Amino acid sequence: MIDLKDKLVLALGERDGVPGPALEACAVSAGAKVIYSATQCFA
Amino acid sequence: MDLEEQGTIKRVVEGSERSRMVVLLGTPNKGSTTMIALTLTQGDPSYAGPLAGVPLGLPIHHILEPEVREAIPADVYAREIGPLEFVLDATGISAALKDVRAR
Repeated sequence: MIDLKDKLVLALGERDGVPGPALEACAVSAGAKVIYSATQCFA
Repeated sequence: MDLEEQGTIKRVVEGSERSRMVVLLGTPNKGSTTMIALTLTQGDPSYAGPLAGVPLGLPIHHILEPEVREAIPADVYAREIGPLEFVLDATGISAALKDVRAR
């Protein structure tokens, strides 16, 4: 298990995968601080 | 990853405490995972963007990896990731990260 507590997370989501806000929610719930979040779209 | 986003990430990484940083990916397949993981560890492989020749060396994880899932409360993971866990190419994603980490 990785330790996300007190980590600074860059959340890079993708529209066809997992979007940035979902990654953010997961990271924050594990004790991390999200310093960048985006959802890419390659359509 | 487009050129503008590369520039933004470069500024964010340079402006904060790099030793505490972790990248969390939500990419859908092997190809997109490889491209982003390479860009954020060794630099832009296309040599077109601000991260060309800039090896940030950030630790990269994907939200579908078991060691990441274990770090997240089960109820949050189920709500935020849910069925995507079974739709995305977890095997290809895992192989892509293994390959990039070995380089």
